[in-house]
Amino acid sequence: MTASARVSQARLRAVPLAVALVLLAGTLLGGVLVGAAGLPAGGVLRALADRVPFVHVDSGLGAVGENVLFQLRVPRALMAALVGGMLALAGAGYQGVFRNPLADPYLLGAAAGAGVGATLTIVLMPGDPGYVVPVAAFAGAICGVLLAYVLGSAAGRGGGAATLVLAGVAVSSFLAAVQTFLQQVKAEELQRIYSWILGGVGSADWRQLALVAPYALVSTAVLLAHGRLLDVLSVGDEEAASLGLSAARVRLVVLVAASLATACAVAVSGLIGFVGIVVPHAVRRLAGGSYRIVLPLSLLGGAAFLELADLVARTVIAPAELPLGVVTAFVGGPFFVAVLRASRRQVDT
Amino acid sequence: MTVVVRGLDVALGGRPVLKGVSLDVPAGSWTAVIGPNGAGKSTLLRAVLGLVSGDGEVTVAGADLGALRPRQRARLVAYAPQSPNLPVGMTVFDYTLLGRSPYIPHLGRESTRDRAVAAEVLERLDLTELAGRTLDHLSGGEQQRVVLARALAQQTPVLLLDEPTTALDMGHQQQVMELIDQLRLSDDLTVVTTIHDLTLAGQYADDLVLLSDGRVAAAGSPEEVLTQATVEEHFDARVRVFPGPGGRPVLALERP
Repeated sequence: MTASARVSQARLRAVPLAVALVLLAGTLLGGVLVGAAGLPAGGVLRALADRVPFVHVDSGLGAVGENVLFQLRVPRALMAALVGGMLALAGAGYQGVFRNPLADPYLLGAAAGAGVGATLTIVLMPGDPGYVVPVAAFAGAICGVLLAYVLGSAAGRGGGAATLVLAGVAVSSFLAAVQTFLQQVKAEELQRIYSWILGGVGSADWRQLALVAPYALVSTAVLLAHGRLLDVLSVGDEEAASLGLSAARVRLVVLVAASLATACAVAVSGLIGFVGIVVPHAVRRLAGGSYRIVLPLSLLGGAAFLELADLVARTVIAPAELPLGVVTAFVGGPFFVAVLRASRRQVDT
Repeated sequence: MTVVVRGLDVALGGRPVLKGVSLDVPAGSWTAVIGPNGAGKSTLLRAVLGLVSGDGEVTVAGADLGALRPRQRARLVAYAPQSPNLPVGMTVFDYTLLGRSPYIPHLGRESTRDRAVAAEVLERLDLTELAGRTLDHLSGGEQQRVVLARALAQQTPVLLLDEPTTALDMGHQQQVMELIDQLRLSDDLTVVTTIHDLTLAGQYADDLVLLSDGRVAAAGSPEEVLTQATVEEHFDARVRVFPGPGGRPVLALERP
C-alpha cells in the first residue's frame, strides 16, 4: 500500500482504554477500602480474594465486618460506578443525537419526570416507601422523555432535533412545576424530597442493583453499537440521508437507549448533575471526538468519576455525608477547567 | 447512467418552488443547472435525491429513485451540498470514509475494502498528505476537494454537486472544475451541478438547464442557452456574450 495506508481511522486505541480501565479499577478499590467502619485494608482485600472461585483465605474481618463490606460498601461502590457510567454514556448519546456538546441526559425531561415520580411516592405513601421510590422515579423519567418526544415529533416533521429540544424544555418546566406544587402541598416531607433530589448512592443495596442492572446492560449494548452511526449523523440530517441513513430512526433508537440509561441512574441516585456533560467532553478533549471513542470511554470514565465523587462525599465531613450531586459539581467544575486548559486538542462535537 | 426528471413539482412550506420541471441528463454527460438566486436550483438537486418530497418522476438508468431504499439510492447518486457540515475534529480520512456508509451494514463497521477505497480516492484527489488533518484545519479549496472525496467514495455513477465552486478564487474554481471533468471522463460519471457563474458553467458543461422562477426557461448547449437576450430576461443583467474557446460563450458584464 501507499503512504495513505499509514493514516488509519479514528478508533478506540489500547492506551486510552487501558488508562480508563485502570482508573475505574483504582477508584472501585478505593470505594471498597474506605469507609466509616474503619475495616483494615488487608482484611478487606483478603475478604474480596476469598470470593474469587477456588480461593480460600481467612479475612479476619468477622461477621460484622464482612457484612459491612458485602452488604454496604461493595453494592454502594458498584452502584456509584453504574450511575456514573450510565449518566456519562447517556450524555454522550444525547450529545451525538443533538449534535451539541452541551446536551445533557436531562435535556428531554428525564430529570423533571423522575422528580415528579419520586415526589408523588414520597407524598402519597406514608412511612418508608422503600423500593417504590426508584420504580416511580424510573417510570417518571421514561414518561417525561416520552412526552417530550411525542410532542416534539407532532410539532416538527420527522422528529427534528431543534423541535425535540424545545419540547423537552417545555415538558421539563411543566413537570418541574408539578413537582414543586406537590412538595408545597406536603411541606412536611420537604427534607426527604430534597435529599432525594440532591442525589446519592448511600442507600444502594444488591436488590436495587438487580433492579436497574438489566436496563443498564441493554442500553449500554445499544449505545455502544451506535458509535459509527452517530459519527455519520455528525454531518447533519440531510447529508446523512444522502448517505443512505435515516437520521430520525437513529435518533429515536439512541434516544430510547440513552433515556433508559438516564432513568436507571436517576431512579437509584436522584438528580446528579454535571457527569453527563463533563465526562464525555473530557474524553473528547483527551482521546478524540469520534463516538466510537467517546461512548466507551465515557462509560468507563463516568463510572470512575462518580466512584471518586462518592468517595469524597462520604469522607470529607465523615461521619456525615455530602449530597453526591453537590460533590460532582464541586469536583467537576475545577476538573473541567483543568481539562480545558491542559488540552490543546480542538474538539467541539 | 441517464438521469431523467419528468414533471417535478416541489412546494416548500406551502410555496411552490419547482413547477413541472423536466430534464434529461444523458449518461456520462455534464449538465449545469443555472438560474438567478431563488430559482430553485438547490431544491432541484435535493428533490432528485429525495431529501425534499415532491410530485413527479425521477429515474436513474430507468430505476425510479423514489421507490428505492435510502441505501440503494445512496449507491446510485452521491451528493455534495453547497455548505456541507464539516464536523470539527474529524480527520479528512474519516470524513471520506463516511462516503462508504451505504455499503456498511447498519450496525457494522468499515471493511478493509472500504478503507482502501477511501485511501484510493484521497490519492486521486491529491489529498493523501492531508488524510490525517482535521477538517477545521483546511483551506476553502481543500475543503471543497474533501467534500468531493466523500462523494466519490460512494462510488456512484451519478454525482450531484451543489455550487462546487462557491467561495473559491478563480484558480481554485478552475482546479475543481477540471478535476470534476477528469473524474467524469475517466469513471464515466454523470454529473449534475448547480452553478451561478455562467461563464464557468458554459466552459465545462455539455448542457445547461436554465431555471427561472421554478420552471425550466431554457435548456440545451451553452451556445443555445447563454444568449444575451435570455440572460437579460432571466437575470435582469446587462451582459455581452462573446464566443470563447471552442465556440463556448464567454459573458462580460456591461454597465447600463
